[in-house]
Amino acid sequence: MTKIATRKSFGTALAKLGEKYPNIVCLDADLSKSTMSNLFAEKFKERFVEMGIQEANMIGVAAGLAMSGKIPFICSFGAFVTGRYDQIRMSIGYSNANVKIIGTHCGVGIGEDGHSQMGLEDIALMRAIPNMVVLQPADDKECMEMMEWAVQHNGPVYFRLTRQNLEQYNMQAFKPGNFPQIKEGKKVAFLGCGGLLEESHKAAVMLKEKGIKDPAVFNANCAKPLCDKFMKKLTDEYETIVVLEDHTTMGGTGSAIAEWVSEKAQTPRRVIRYGVQDVFGESGLPEDLYKKHGFTCEAIFNTFSK
Amino acid sequence: MSTNLYGNWAKDTVKIRETILKMIHQINSGHPGGSLSMVEIIYALFNKEGVMKHDPKNPEKRERDRFVLSKGHGVPTLYAILNHVGYDIKDEELMTLRHLGSRLQGHPDRARISYMEASTGSLGQGLSIALGYAIANKMDKLPYRVFTLIGDGEMQEGQIWEAALSASHNKANNLTCILDYNKGQIDGLVKDVLGVEPVKQKWESFGWKVHVVDGHNYSELIPALKDTDSEKPIMIIANTIKGKGVSFMEGKNTWHGKAPSNDELKLALEEIHSKMIGV
Repeated sequence: MTKIATRKSFGTALAKLGEKYPNIVCLDADLSKSTMSNLFAEKFKERFVEMGIQEANMIGVAAGLAMSGKIPFICSFGAFVTGRYDQIRMSIGYSNANVKIIGTHCGVGIGEDGHSQMGLEDIALMRAIPNMVVLQPADDKECMEMMEWAVQHNGPVYFRLTRQNLEQYNMQAFKPGNFPQIKEGKKVAFLGCGGLLEESHKAAVMLKEKGIKDPAVFNANCAKPLCDKFMKKLTDEYETIVVLEDHTTMGGTGSAIAEWVSEKAQTPRRVIRYGVQDVFGESGLPEDLYKKHGFTCEAIFNTFSK
Repeated sequence: MSTNLYGNWAKDTVKIRETILKMIHQINSGHPGGSLSMVEIIYALFNKEGVMKHDPKNPEKRERDRFVLSKGHGVPTLYAILNHVGYDIKDEELMTLRHLGSRLQGHPDRARISYMEASTGSLGQGLSIALGYAIANKMDKLPYRVFTLIGDGEMQEGQIWEAALSASHNKANNLTCILDYNKGQIDGLVKDVLGVEPVKQKWESFGWKVHVVDGHNYSELIPALKDTDSEKPIMIIANTIKGKGVSFMEGKNTWHGKAPSNDELKLALEEIHSKMIGV
């Protein structure tokens, strides 16, 4: 199946949802061709506001629009929009403004532009805000489902989206906190996030084929809220949980899972955070950066063969 | 407007100033200086013969003018005036300001009071929110206006200038921003901490129509607040006095965030009862 970047999935989905939900409006901070909000902009000119390079103002304006009854989607790179943290914390979070925040260009996977453009701490920041829902779709179908769920949900939602094209799966319908399972397994569970789901899955299959381990694979598509019922089942069944994400290990989905497991698992379980190891990003080809950070089937296989 | 009307307003605001000081005194916490400098501006907007179109008994209906208190720490003034003009904040509730569990939080709180147009307190953000309301009214072709009040220290925040650029670019002529220009902030006078002059020329160069008024004079405030332009948002530079009404507070930065003692309250109330401010 053709690979599709989740930023593209977002752009397509928003243009489609705009027909069904006339209150949807969209704002972008001069990155419309990169975030793919241009697909909505072309169709619904009067409902799109180009803000220019002003993420803080964009956040505040969106709050005002939301409190007037609109459903605003604000779009920028994850690093830039979540970087205006006080504005999100106060104007959106504390005001409970119904704003949907789109952060594209997550992870080292964006490649050559380098660190400044990479969303590496966005999940850590967003999940610390009460009532924020933090989503990371892994494919096109899931992104569309999440988008429609977000439109129907009353409250702020953060979407973490890729620049790179992703493998397509046919997973169960999105439900917050329930991570779709894409491979059965025993003892070890790989929780792959977004861009790392494919490599995690391939590595798990290889480990099974070589008779070394048989990791189950889940799509950890929601860093907040976690679902107690799902997490209980996960921690009852698996001794080791590995969370793989193109995000810093400091505070991402891996941290969220580790927090839950350490407090609430009935039996003590190990959680391994497999992500960007508390270092800055850098320029390079996406595939070279993924090799450097161990985000390949081979590297994951090697790590977990031991 | 007749001076008789403004005379009545000046009488009304005696009670409002009294309420503000009592609210801050009872919890020994709050911002008297910056609350007192804004009284006439807010009263001109909210009182029943004032500039804003709104309905205290129907505060959430879409068809209304809106007011965003970007200078969030001035909220005691807003609470006192909302109570006075008939919103559902009762007299007793006013004295729960800043108490645990109170609706009357130390800074505007939309989650607890639905007709607070924004939760502010982190300076620099309210003008953007006000612009969002203004753009929503344009999208929905509703003729309602949006007012917002910013502080002079607050004008040092970069986001204010983001919104300034954006409002004129987006032709938000339904937006009026009032600057409570009381010349003082916490660490000193604005001109010493981080000068903002020339204010009028700055806002004009950003594409706003600017009025400069005495912020304690209704005959100057009212025409400015009523004015609109065919394209431009409006900035009203209201020259005010921090702590206006209480001689020992006036112009003093020490009264930015300090509550009056029992004796100080007594003296302050005596002075307030002897004054007519706004005419």
